Amino acid sequence: MLEQFSSNLENVFKKIRGHGKLSESNISDATREIRRALLEADVNFKVAKDFIEKVKTKALGDDVLRSISPGQQIVKIVRDELSALMGDDSGDMHLSGSPAIIMLVGLQGSGKTTSAAKLAMQLRKQGRRPMMVACDVYRPAAIKQLETLGKQIDIPVYSNHQEKDVLKIAETAIKESVRFSADTVIIDTAGRLTVDSAMMDEIKNLKTRLSPKEILFVGDGMTGQDAVATAQAFSDVVQFTGVILTKMDGDARGGAALSIKAVTGIPVKFLGMGEKIQPLEVFHPSRMADRILGMGDIVSLVEKAQESIDENEARLMEEKIRKSGFDLEDFRDQLLKLKKMGPLSDLMGMIPGMSKVKDVQVDEKRLTRIEAIINSMTPSERRLPKVLNANRRKRIARGSGTTVQDVNQLMKQFQGMQKMMKKFGKMGKRQLMRNLPRGFKI
Amino acid sequence: MILDSVFSKFKKGLSKTRTQMKSGLGKLFTGQIPMSEEILDTLEALLIEADLGMDLAMELIEDVSKHFPISTPVTSKNVLEYLQKKLIQKLEKTNIKEVNVHGTKVVLVVGVNGSGKTTSIGKLATLYANEGKSVLLVAGDTFRAAALEQLTIWSERAGVEIIKNQAATHPASVVYDALVSAKTRNIDVVIIDTAGRLHTQTHLMDELEKVHRVVKKVFTDAPHETILVIDATTGQNGLHQAEEFSKSTPIDHLFLTKLDGTAKGGIALAIHNKLDIPVRYVGLGEKASDMDYFNPTLYIKALLDLD
Ligand SMILES: Nc1nc2c(ncn2[C@@H]2O[C@H](COP(=O)(O)OP(=O)(O)OP(=O)(O)O)[C@@H](O)[C@H]2O)c(=O)[nH]1
Ligand SMILES: Nc1nc2c(ncn2[C@@H]2O[C@H](COP(=O)(O)OP(=O)(O)O)[C@@H](O)[C@H]2O)c(=O)[nH]1
Ligand SMILES: [Mg+2]
Ligand SMILES: [Mg+2]
Repeated sequence: MLEQFSSNLENVFKKIRGHGKLSESNISDATREIRRALLEADVNFKVAKDFIEKVKTKALGDDVLRSISPGQQIVKIVRDELSALMGDDSGDMHLSGSPAIIMLVGLQGSGKTTSAAKLAMQLRKQGRRPMMVACDVYRPAAIKQLETLGKQIDIPVYSNHQEKDVLKIAETAIKESVRFSADTVIIDTAGRLTVDSAMMDEIKNLKTRLSPKEILFVGDGMTGQDAVATAQAFSDVVQFTGVILTKMDGDARGGAALSIKAVTGIPVKFLGMGEKIQPLEVFHPSRMADRILGMGDIVSLVEKAQESIDENEARLMEEKIRKSGFDLEDFRDQLLKLKKMGPLSDLMGMIPGMSKVKDVQVDEKRLTRIEAIINSMTPSERRLPKVLNANRRKRIARGSGTTVQDVNQLMKQFQGMQKMMKKFGKMGKRQLMRNLPRGFKI
Repeated sequence: MILDSVFSKFKKGLSKTRTQMKSGLGKLFTGQIPMSEEILDTLEALLIEADLGMDLAMELIEDVSKHFPISTPVTSKNVLEYLQKKLIQKLEKTNIKEVNVHGTKVVLVVGVNGSGKTTSIGKLATLYANEGKSVLLVAGDTFRAAALEQLTIWSERAGVEIIKNQAATHPASVVYDALVSAKTRNIDVVIIDTAGRLHTQTHLMDELEKVHRVVKKVFTDAPHETILVIDATTGQNGLHQAEEFSKSTPIDHLFLTKLDGTAKGGIALAIHNKLDIPVRYVGLGEKASDMDYFNPTLYIKALLDLD
């Protein structure tokens, strides 16, 4: 979670802070770092370049130069510009017609079938009666996959294992939608490469014949520079109306969101946040901007962090770990530091992706429990956790008002962290700090 | 000979890729001109647009600018050939791990969701089967809908056996049973399919570690080859993938898939450069024969549009 410390923008921050005012030269320092941040987030090279030009022009404006905190000002310009570019936060879809038709398209493995099921679930929640149509007649067991998902979430699926003509399948499904008492038809298509002209013709045909109200391009959130070429090609062939960016439950920075919008003009509407079938998440450009820049609310976070983490302390810590390893005392120190930084839930919320990831829910109570457990140990136990046998663990659990399971769990986490620390012993402080809190698994 | 057809397929795949790459690169410039910041910028753009990432791109640009200081007269060919040399040097510093297995060879295939694991396993199974080896596929993806059916179809296409356990919910138990059976039957090659997982999902990475341990329980020196499947469209996140997967199960080689598309797959070079994990195979389509061994020279020539 202290990933921000390594953020390149932080350096710029410091530099600009020192200067107090924006000048041509420190703006170009800043823009260089912003460029790096964008490229590392997989924003397309040309898109990043254009973006930086825009920011530069804005940053050199009068009001910026007069602003009190130029560092914050430039970051604000970057964020605002980024989120403005990525569109608005409406997950609205145009679902007129009976039935309303939605078609999903994209490359192989991008997440179309899973997203079809998620979309169906979400539309049902909104009071619609969706059905799904299996139009991937190529990939082994693709039809079965959609059927299985349909059963899982109780959404009807139209499929025909014998038919190879997807247009026939789709047309029959639409005709049959009344029998399924469905008012919305979601068409799952096969993954295809944009260089495969026969396959691209297939979706073009589907579009012409079915006139879907919404065509959603499903893109993998981990996509690199190719996002631009691929999105452009799909847009040229079917003029999609929205984008679903999947696998955003991971740690990809998701620069594709910006690239796709920049070249096609079509915004991301939803994010896929997991393999489980759950409703898609509505896309929020400002959160996405933070994620792309690799920062949460960097302004407040950096300030908070600077208050509570002393550079000197960090260095001492690093030396200690290098010399004698990482023990439970250090573990507790880190916890206290985290606590000093303010309510954890606030902090986590500032970190891109974090606030959204279900299984990293912040549990303040558990933090307190961990602290209590460590406090109930003797100093020698803290330094040499190896001595913690069953009896001692029982005693500690009693002393801290927790259970032996709690103690065991903590020890397991601690060991994981210790292992990691050994590796980090060889790294510099920056990397060390960045990686420290991961082991907390809060 | 399957390899011949595969080879021409590779060239075809690459030539497709090459046409795509043309617009990005072509000739840097014509004639002989003095080396300039501009040329370096163009090179940088080329490398970054191929997903090599900032670090590797900068490293290479630095090499080039050291070799050809600003205002040295250069031709486009000089510069690109030097870049090619440097890239190939980097790719050749780690060798493919070729193990001589006496009994059963165990291959473990891992990667993030949708990268192409199951398809690549189908391709590898076909390759081994064509060499006359007995092959057993293990359906270790117990999570994704119809994953089992997908692998079953591939086993039929390749004409090899598959072990599945419809009831088992934990992949480690499926893998254990399969390996025990492979051992008694002295199967030549066992290929284990696993569920796609994001490297940030700790419980799933723990699960993978467990699978790895179970493999070792049956064959102490296995897995003989662990393959990380990387989609060529992957951006910089690929580095995290390789780093994190390596922690749960050390990775020997990459299988770089979907190179038949517009993506250039440069992230694989970044992974190789940083983590010493070489690309061994490339995926060039959705059919069993659409694969080849990775050929660094061919690949880099295509990337830099050199003949
Ligand atoms: N973690 C995560 N996994 C996802 C998400 N969306 C899809 N997946 C997984 O990604 C893989 C591919 O998803 P599919 O829905 O089969 O993708 P597809 O585009 O239909 O793939 P093809 O039909 O093979 O082209 C599967 O393993 C899914 O479980 C997501 O938002 N997060
Ligand atoms: N064009 C192309 N598609 C591929 C390649 N490898 C896999 N795929 C497709 O990518 C999708 C995901 O592959 P799959 O094997 O199911 O991935 P897994 O989820 O990692 O097992 C499927 O639609 C495959 O047909 C390749 O090399 N080229
Ligand atoms: Mg699908
Ligand atoms: Mg699979």
